[in-house]
Amino acid sequence: MGLGGLGSVLAVALARIGVGHLLLADFDVVEPSNLNRQQYFIDQIGMPKTTALKENITRINPYIAIDIIQERLTEKSIPVLFKSVDALAECFDNPETKAAALRAVLTELPGIGYVTTSGLAGYGANNTIITKMIYPNVYMVGDGESAASQGQGLMAPRVGIAAHHQANKILQLLLKHPM
Amino acid sequence: MITITCNGKEKQVAATGTVLELIAELKLDPATVVVECDRKILKPEEYAGYCLHEGAVLELVRFVGGG
Repeated sequence: MGLGGLGSVLAVALARIGVGHLLLADFDVVEPSNLNRQQYFIDQIGMPKTTALKENITRINPYIAIDIIQERLTEKSIPVLFKSVDALAECFDNPETKAAALRAVLTELPGIGYVTTSGLAGYGANNTIITKMIYPNVYMVGDGESAASQGQGLMAPRVGIAAHHQANKILQLLLKHPM
Repeated sequence: MITITCNGKEKQVAATGTVLELIAELKLDPATVVVECDRKILKPEEYAGYCLHEGAVLELVRFVGGG
């Protein structure tokens, strides 16, 4: 859910290892300011992120099924749209939507493998970004405090660290080897 | 005053305190936290009217922006 610096990187990582079915959801289009960290190309500016990412992933690995959801996700729609997935990653930018999504999962999708995020902006310490279990089968990636703000932007290296934490946790969930 | 447990730590709050007041005291934005009280996930519209009680166990999950 969300195909920005987290979601686009996570989806590419899962595609490269052959996760056979991806459901990509985002309402937005590719903008110039996205290109410092997101897996799009300059000639894709203006395209919906869903179709641009599907195009890019298909070039990497044409042997996987990709479905897209082109809409703004809400606390109400998330349980309906994602009720049958094996694992779900929250890759939103907006903290209100991150909170709403976790509420939706805890109340309406009990038991689903879920990986959410908080705190990955800036160029601070690598190793304060951690993955921790916050509920059974529900994990939080990030340092918990580095918000995107003036002087603490979102950049490929540290957002990428968090995205790959998410990717590895999703892999563990899919293989049913959480650790 | 009453004693509650918030994210594993005991805390004294006013006997008339609500979840919304606790969130404000912690200097958090209510829209960016998920609140569980006594193993129940609260809806944001419940925060203002949800009174804390002696021994209440709360878990607050806080989110900051960026993705």
